Amino acid sequence: MILINLFLTFFKIGILTFGGGYAMLPLIQEEVAAHGWLTSEELINFVAVSESTPGPFAVNISTYVGMTVGGVLGAVCATLGVAMPSFIVILIVAKCYEKFRSSKIVSGCMSGLKPAVVGLIGAAVVSLGVTVFFPNGLGVYAFKDAAFYLSVAIFAVMSVFAFKKAHPILLICISAVVGIIAGYCFHIV
Amino acid sequence: MKSESENKILSLFLTFLKIGAFTFGGGYAMIPLIQKEVVENKKWMTDEDILEIVAIAESTPGPIAINAATFVGYKTAGFFGAAFSTMGVILPSFFIIVAISFVLNKFENFPAVRYAFYGIRAGVLALIVKALWSMYKQSPKGIVPYIIMAFAFIAVAVLDINVFWVIIGCAVFGLVTSLIKGRTAK
Repeated sequence: MILINLFLTFFKIGILTFGGGYAMLPLIQEEVAAHGWLTSEELINFVAVSESTPGPFAVNISTYVGMTVGGVLGAVCATLGVAMPSFIVILIVAKCYEKFRSSKIVSGCMSGLKPAVVGLIGAAVVSLGVTVFFPNGLGVYAFKDAAFYLSVAIFAVMSVFAFKKAHPILLICISAVVGIIAGYCFHIV
Repeated sequence: MKSESENKILSLFLTFLKIGAFTFGGGYAMIPLIQKEVVENKKWMTDEDILEIVAIAESTPGPIAINAATFVGYKTAGFFGAAFSTMGVILPSFFIIVAISFVLNKFENFPAVRYAFYGIRAGVLALIVKALWSMYKQSPKGIVPYIIMAFAFIAVAVLDINVFWVIIGCAVFGLVTSLIKGRTAK
Protein backbone atom coordinates (compact mmCIF):
# COMPACT_ATOMS: atom_id res chain seq x y z
CA MET A 1 0.00 0.00 0.00
CA ILE A 2 2.77 2.43 0.96
CA LEU A 3 4.62 1.49 -2.23
CA ILE A 4 1.60 2.31 -4.42
CA ASN A 5 1.10 5.51 -2.50
CA LEU A 6 4.75 6.52 -3.05
CA PHE A 7 4.52 5.75 -6.75
CA LEU A 8 1.27 7.67 -7.26
CA THR A 9 2.38 10.66 -5.19
CA PHE A 10 5.65 11.03 -7.09
CA PHE A 11 3.87 10.42 -10.40
CA LYS A 12 1.62 13.37 -9.57
CA ILE A 13 4.66 15.47 -8.63
CA GLY A 14 6.41 14.51 -11.88
CA ILE A 15 3.45 15.37 -14.05
CA LEU A 16 2.96 18.80 -12.45
CA THR A 17 6.58 19.97 -12.46
CA PHE A 18 7.39 22.47 -15.18
CA GLY A 19 10.90 23.86 -15.43
CA GLY A 20 14.17 22.84 -13.88
CA GLY A 21 15.89 23.31 -10.58
CA TYR A 22 13.57 23.99 -7.70
CA ALA A 23 10.31 24.09 -9.67
CA MET A 24 9.52 20.80 -7.95
CA LEU A 25 10.09 22.11 -4.43
CA PRO A 26 6.59 23.53 -3.67
CA LEU A 27 4.94 20.26 -4.75
CA ILE A 28 7.38 18.09 -2.80
CA GLN A 29 6.95 20.28 0.25
CA GLU A 30 3.18 19.98 0.18
CA GLU A 31 3.11 16.24 -0.45
CA VAL A 32 5.72 15.18 2.13
CA ALA A 33 4.02 17.36 4.73
CA ALA A 34 0.55 16.03 3.89
CA HIS A 35 1.74 12.42 4.19
CA GLY A 36 3.97 13.12 7.18
CA TRP A 37 6.95 11.64 5.30
CA LEU A 38 9.53 14.35 6.11
CA THR A 39 9.51 17.41 8.34
CA SER A 40 10.17 20.81 6.83
CA GLU A 41 13.62 20.77 8.46
CA GLU A 42 14.50 17.38 7.00
CA LEU A 43 13.44 18.60 3.56
CA ILE A 44 15.77 21.62 3.67
CA ASN A 45 18.59 19.46 5.05
CA PHE A 46 18.12 17.17 2.11
CA VAL A 47 18.22 20.04 -0.40
CA ALA A 48 21.77 20.59 0.88
CA VAL A 49 22.61 16.90 0.46
CA SER A 50 21.19 16.97 -3.06
CA GLU A 51 23.26 20.04 -3.98
CA SER A 52 26.39 18.24 -2.79
CA THR A 53 25.78 14.94 -4.61
CA PRO A 54 25.59 14.32 -8.35
CA GLY A 55 22.36 13.87 -10.24
CA PRO A 56 19.11 15.77 -10.67
CA PHE A 57 17.27 17.08 -7.57
CA ALA A 58 14.10 15.26 -8.68
CA VAL A 59 15.75 11.84 -8.62
CA ASN A 60 17.67 12.55 -5.42
CA ILE A 61 14.65 13.72 -3.44
CA SER A 62 12.31 10.97 -4.66
CA THR A 63 14.92 8.30 -3.89
CA TYR A 64 15.47 9.75 -0.42
CA VAL A 65 11.79 10.09 0.49
CA GLY A 66 11.10 6.60 -0.87
CA MET A 67 14.03 5.17 1.05
CA THR A 68 13.00 6.85 4.31
CA VAL A 69 9.37 5.77 4.05
CA GLY A 70 9.56 2.37 2.36
CA GLY A 71 13.18 1.18 2.13
CA VAL A 72 14.87 0.26 -1.14
CA LEU A 73 11.59 -0.81 -2.77
CA GLY A 74 10.06 2.47 -1.70
CA ALA A 75 12.96 4.32 -3.33
CA VAL A 76 12.43 2.38 -6.56
CA CYS A 77 8.69 3.15 -6.61
CA ALA A 78 9.11 6.86 -5.87
CA THR A 79 11.86 7.30 -8.47
CA LEU A 80 9.91 5.38 -11.12
CA GLY A 81 6.90 7.52 -10.29
CA VAL A 82 8.74 10.80 -10.74
CA ALA A 83 10.42 9.70 -14.00
CA MET A 84 7.44 8.01 -15.67
CA PRO A 85 5.41 11.10 -16.70
CA SER A 86 8.34 12.81 -18.45
CA PHE A 87 9.33 9.58 -20.13
CA ILE A 88 5.85 9.00 -21.57
CA VAL A 89 5.26 12.63 -22.51
CA ILE A 90 8.64 12.95 -24.28
CA LEU A 91 8.03 9.76 -26.27
CA ILE A 92 4.75 11.25 -27.50
CA VAL A 93 6.21 14.70 -28.15
CA ALA A 94 9.25 13.32 -29.99
CA LYS A 95 6.86 11.75 -32.52
CA CYS A 96 4.91 14.91 -33.28
CA TYR A 97 7.44 17.56 -32.42
CA GLU A 98 6.46 20.13 -35.07
CA LYS A 99 2.82 20.04 -34.07
CA PHE A 100 3.78 20.36 -30.41
CA ARG A 101 6.07 23.32 -30.95
CA SER A 102 3.55 25.35 -32.92
CA SER A 103 0.64 24.43 -30.65
CA LYS A 104 -1.18 27.50 -29.27
CA ILE A 105 -2.56 25.39 -26.44
CA VAL A 106 0.91 24.40 -25.21
CA SER A 107 2.32 27.94 -25.42
CA GLY A 108 -0.85 29.31 -23.79
CA CYS A 109 -0.59 26.95 -20.83
CA MET A 110 3.12 27.70 -20.49
CA SER A 111 2.39 31.45 -20.38
CA GLY A 112 0.42 30.73 -17.21
CA LEU A 113 2.73 28.09 -15.77
CA LYS A 114 6.01 30.03 -15.89
CA PRO A 115 4.87 32.89 -13.66
CA ALA A 116 2.90 30.45 -11.48
CA VAL A 117 6.10 28.56 -10.64
CA VAL A 118 7.72 31.84 -9.54
CA GLY A 119 4.82 32.58 -7.20
CA LEU A 120 4.81 29.02 -5.85
CA ILE A 121 8.52 29.01 -5.09
CA GLY A 122 8.04 32.40 -3.43
CA ALA A 123 5.45 30.82 -1.15
CA ALA A 124 7.80 27.89 -0.47
CA VAL A 125 10.57 30.34 0.50
CA VAL A 126 8.27 31.99 3.05
CA SER A 127 7.27 28.76 4.76
CA LEU A 128 10.80 27.32 4.64
CA GLY A 129 12.02 30.67 5.99
CA VAL A 130 9.87 30.21 9.09
CA THR A 131 11.48 26.79 9.62
CA VAL A 132 14.99 28.15 9.10
CA PHE A 133 14.76 31.31 11.17
CA PHE A 134 12.77 29.91 14.09
CA PRO A 135 14.35 26.51 14.79
CA ASN A 136 12.91 26.54 18.31
CA GLY A 137 9.39 27.36 17.16
CA LEU A 138 7.39 30.54 16.76
CA GLY A 139 6.41 32.08 20.08
CA VAL A 140 6.73 35.01 22.43
CA TYR A 141 10.47 34.49 22.80
CA ALA A 142 11.16 33.83 19.11
CA PHE A 143 12.80 37.23 18.64
CA LYS A 144 14.85 36.97 21.82
CA ASP A 145 16.40 33.73 20.58
CA ALA A 146 20.09 33.77 19.54
CA ALA A 147 19.22 31.04 17.01
CA PHE A 148 17.00 33.52 15.15
CA TYR A 149 19.65 36.24 14.80
CA LEU A 150 22.39 33.79 13.91
CA SER A 151 20.40 32.13 11.14
CA VAL A 152 19.35 35.51 9.74
CA ALA A 153 23.04 36.52 9.72
CA ILE A 154 24.11 33.29 7.98
CA PHE A 155 21.29 33.69 5.46
CA ALA A 156 22.24 37.31 4.72
CA VAL A 157 25.94 36.55 4.17
CA MET A 158 25.20 33.42 2.14
CA SER A 159 22.75 35.35 -0.04
CA VAL A 160 25.63 37.61 -1.04
CA PHE A 161 27.70 34.50 -1.80
CA ALA A 162 24.86 32.98 -3.83
CA PHE A 163 24.28 36.10 -5.90
CA LYS A 164 28.04 36.44 -6.49
CA LYS A 165 27.73 32.91 -7.97
CA ALA A 166 29.82 31.12 -5.36
CA HIS A 167 29.75 27.36 -5.85
CA PRO A 168 26.81 25.84 -3.92
CA ILE A 169 29.04 23.21 -2.28
CA LEU A 170 31.44 25.90 -1.01
CA LEU A 171 28.49 27.87 0.31
CA ILE A 172 27.10 24.80 2.09
CA CYS A 173 30.49 23.99 3.65
CA ILE A 174 30.92 27.53 4.99
CA SER A 175 27.37 27.48 6.42
CA ALA A 176 28.09 24.15 8.09
CA VAL A 177 31.29 25.41 9.74
CA VAL A 178 29.58 28.58 10.97
CA GLY A 179 26.67 26.46 12.25
CA ILE A 180 29.00 24.16 14.19
CA ILE A 181 30.94 27.04 15.77
CA ALA A 182 27.75 28.92 16.64
CA GLY A 183 26.15 25.74 17.94
CA TYR A 184 28.94 24.96 20.40
CA CYS A 185 29.25 28.60 21.51
CA PHE A 186 25.53 29.30 22.06
CA HIS A 187 23.93 25.83 22.35
CA ILE A 188 21.20 27.00 20.05
CA VAL A 189 19.26 23.99 18.83
CA MET B 1 22.37 -4.43 -38.24
CA LYS B 2 20.83 -5.69 -35.07
CA SER B 3 24.08 -5.71 -33.14
CA GLU B 4 24.79 -2.16 -34.31
CA SER B 5 21.60 -0.85 -32.70
CA GLU B 6 22.36 -2.89 -29.60
CA ASN B 7 25.78 -1.24 -29.42
CA LYS B 8 24.19 2.14 -29.75
CA ILE B 9 21.79 1.42 -26.90
CA LEU B 10 24.63 0.23 -24.66
CA SER B 11 26.64 3.28 -25.60
CA LEU B 12 23.67 5.55 -24.77
CA PHE B 13 23.28 3.87 -21.41
CA LEU B 14 26.97 4.32 -20.55
CA THR B 15 27.02 7.91 -21.78
CA PHE B 16 24.06 8.90 -19.63
CA LEU B 17 25.42 6.94 -16.70
CA LYS B 18 28.50 9.12 -16.91
CA ILE B 19 26.43 12.30 -17.27
CA GLY B 20 24.29 11.32 -14.28
CA ALA B 21 27.33 10.53 -12.15
CA PHE B 22 29.21 13.75 -12.84
CA THR B 23 26.64 16.55 -12.89
CA PHE B 24 26.03 18.51 -9.76
CA GLY B 25 23.08 20.85 -9.56
CA GLY B 26 20.54 19.08 -11.72
CA GLY B 27 18.98 19.46 -15.15
CA TYR B 28 20.33 22.70 -16.55
CA ALA B 29 23.85 21.90 -15.37
CA MET B 30 23.53 18.72 -17.42
CA ILE B 31 22.86 20.39 -20.78
CA PRO B 32 26.50 21.40 -21.54
CA LEU B 33 27.64 17.87 -20.64
CA ILE B 34 25.00 16.31 -22.90
CA GLN B 35 26.08 18.66 -25.68
CA LYS B 36 29.73 17.63 -25.29
CA GLU B 37 29.02 13.90 -25.20
CA VAL B 38 26.19 13.62 -27.69
CA VAL B 39 27.22 16.27 -30.24
CA GLU B 40 31.01 16.52 -30.03
CA ASN B 41 32.07 13.01 -29.01
CA LYS B 42 29.41 10.66 -30.36
CA LYS B 43 28.00 12.89 -33.13
CA TRP B 44 24.50 11.50 -32.59
CA MET B 45 22.94 14.96 -32.73
CA THR B 46 23.63 18.55 -33.79
CA ASP B 47 23.79 21.74 -31.76
CA GLU B 48 20.34 22.69 -33.04
CA ASP B 49 18.98 19.44 -31.65
CA ILE B 50 20.33 20.40 -28.22
CA LEU B 51 18.55 23.77 -28.34
CA GLU B 52 15.43 21.88 -29.34
CA ILE B 53 15.83 19.61 -26.31
CA VAL B 54 16.02 22.58 -23.96
CA ALA B 55 12.90 24.12 -25.51
CA ILE B 56 10.96 20.84 -25.25
CA ALA B 57 12.18 20.04 -21.75
CA GLU B 58 11.00 23.42 -20.55
CA SER B 59 7.49 23.06 -21.93
CA THR B 60 6.80 19.47 -20.89
CA PRO B 61 6.23 18.20 -17.38
CA GLY B 62 8.96 16.50 -15.39
CA PRO B 63 12.57 17.06 -14.48
CA ILE B 64 14.78 18.50 -17.26
CA ALA B 65 17.37 15.72 -16.87
CA ILE B 66 14.87 12.95 -17.55
CA ASN B 67 13.21 14.85 -20.39
CA ALA B 68 16.57 15.41 -22.05
CA ALA B 69 17.78 11.81 -21.60
CA THR B 70 14.52 10.37 -22.94
CA PHE B 71 14.56 12.70 -25.95
CA VAL B 72 18.19 12.05 -26.91
CA GLY B 73 17.73 8.31 -26.44
CA TYR B 74 14.58 8.19 -28.54
CA LYS B 75 16.01 10.26 -31.40
CA THR B 76 19.18 8.16 -31.44
CA ALA B 77 17.88 4.63 -31.00
CA GLY B 78 14.09 4.58 -30.59
CA PHE B 79 12.14 3.34 -27.58
CA PHE B 80 14.88 1.18 -26.06
CA GLY B 81 17.37 3.98 -26.55
CA ALA B 82 15.04 6.22 -24.56
CA ALA B 83 14.54 3.64 -21.82
CA PHE B 84 18.26 2.92 -21.37
CA SER B 85 19.32 6.58 -21.49
CA THR B 86 16.78 7.44 -18.81
CA MET B 87 17.88 4.53 -16.63
CA GLY B 88 21.48 5.59 -17.12
CA VAL B 89 20.85 9.14 -15.96
CA ILE B 90 18.85 7.97 -12.92
CA LEU B 91 20.98 5.09 -11.59
CA PRO B 92 24.02 6.99 -10.25
CA SER B 93 21.95 9.35 -8.08
CA PHE B 94 19.70 6.51 -7.05
CA PHE B 95 22.55 4.40 -5.67
CA ILE B 96 24.36 7.36 -4.11
CA ILE B 97 21.24 8.52 -2.27
CA VAL B 98 20.34 5.01 -1.10
CA ALA B 99 23.85 4.74 0.38
CA ILE B 100 23.73 8.23 1.89
CA SER B 101 20.33 7.73 3.50
CA PHE B 102 21.82 5.01 5.75
CA VAL B 103 24.60 7.35 6.85
CA LEU B 104 22.30 10.38 7.30
CA ASN B 105 19.91 8.53 9.58
CA LYS B 106 22.77 7.26 11.70
CA PHE B 107 24.49 10.57 12.35
CA GLU B 108 21.64 13.08 12.35
CA ASN B 109 21.41 13.16 16.14
CA PHE B 110 25.08 13.94 16.78
CA PRO B 111 25.33 17.51 18.16
CA ALA B 112 27.99 18.56 15.61
CA VAL B 113 25.83 17.28 12.75
CA ARG B 114 22.75 19.01 14.16
CA TYR B 115 24.65 22.30 14.46
CA ALA B 116 26.10 21.91 10.97
CA PHE B 117 22.64 21.43 9.49
CA TYR B 118 21.36 24.41 11.47
CA GLY B 119 23.89 26.54 9.60
CA ILE B 120 23.36 24.72 6.31
CA ARG B 121 19.61 25.34 6.35
CA ALA B 122 20.18 29.11 6.37
CA GLY B 123 22.69 28.73 3.51
CA VAL B 124 20.31 26.56 1.50
CA LEU B 125 17.54 29.12 1.91
CA ALA B 126 19.90 31.64 0.29
CA LEU B 127 20.44 29.18 -2.62
CA ILE B 128 16.68 28.79 -3.06
CA VAL B 129 16.16 32.56 -3.02
CA LYS B 130 18.84 32.85 -5.71
CA ALA B 131 17.03 30.16 -7.76
CA LEU B 132 13.76 32.07 -7.29
CA TRP B 133 15.43 35.22 -8.63
CA SER B 134 16.76 33.40 -11.73
CA MET B 135 13.32 31.95 -12.43
CA TYR B 136 11.74 35.37 -12.04
CA LYS B 137 14.19 36.78 -14.59
CA GLN B 138 13.31 34.02 -17.07
CA SER B 139 9.58 34.33 -16.58
CA PRO B 140 7.48 36.50 -18.93
CA LYS B 141 6.90 40.05 -17.65
CA GLY B 142 3.73 42.16 -17.88
CA ILE B 143 0.45 42.70 -16.08
CA VAL B 144 -0.99 39.22 -16.66
CA PRO B 145 2.16 37.32 -15.57
CA TYR B 146 2.47 39.53 -12.48
CA ILE B 147 -1.16 38.83 -11.57
CA ILE B 148 -0.54 35.08 -11.96
CA MET B 149 2.62 35.27 -9.80
CA ALA B 150 0.79 37.19 -7.08
CA PHE B 151 -2.21 34.87 -7.24
CA ALA B 152 -0.07 31.71 -7.00
CA PHE B 153 1.87 33.18 -4.08
CA ILE B 154 -1.21 34.32 -2.12
CA ALA B 155 -3.16 31.15 -2.88
CA VAL B 156 -0.48 28.98 -1.29
CA ALA B 157 1.17 31.22 1.32
CA VAL B 158 -1.98 32.90 2.66
CA LEU B 159 -5.06 30.93 1.59
CA ASP B 160 -3.40 27.51 1.92
CA ILE B 161 -4.90 26.24 -1.36
CA ASN B 162 -3.48 22.95 -2.67
CA VAL B 163 -0.51 23.47 -5.04
CA PHE B 164 -2.05 20.93 -7.43
CA TRP B 165 -5.10 23.14 -8.07
CA VAL B 166 -3.04 26.32 -8.26
CA ILE B 167 -0.88 24.85 -11.04
CA ILE B 168 -3.88 23.64 -13.03
CA GLY B 169 -5.73 26.92 -12.46
CA CYS B 170 -2.76 29.00 -13.66
CA ALA B 171 -2.30 26.84 -16.77
CA VAL B 172 -5.98 27.29 -17.69
CA PHE B 173 -5.82 31.01 -16.94
CA GLY B 174 -2.70 31.40 -19.10
CA LEU B 175 -4.37 29.47 -21.92
CA VAL B 176 -7.57 31.53 -21.79
CA THR B 177 -5.79 34.90 -21.65
CA SER B 178 -3.46 33.99 -24.51
CA LEU B 179 -6.39 32.80 -26.66
CA ILE B 180 -8.28 36.04 -25.96
CA LYS B 181 -5.16 38.06 -26.77
CA GLY B 182 -4.73 36.09 -30.02
CA ARG B 183 -8.33 36.75 -30.99
CA THR B 184 -8.26 40.51 -30.31
CA ALA B 185 -4.92 40.80 -32.14
CA LYS B 186 -6.64 39.53 -35.28
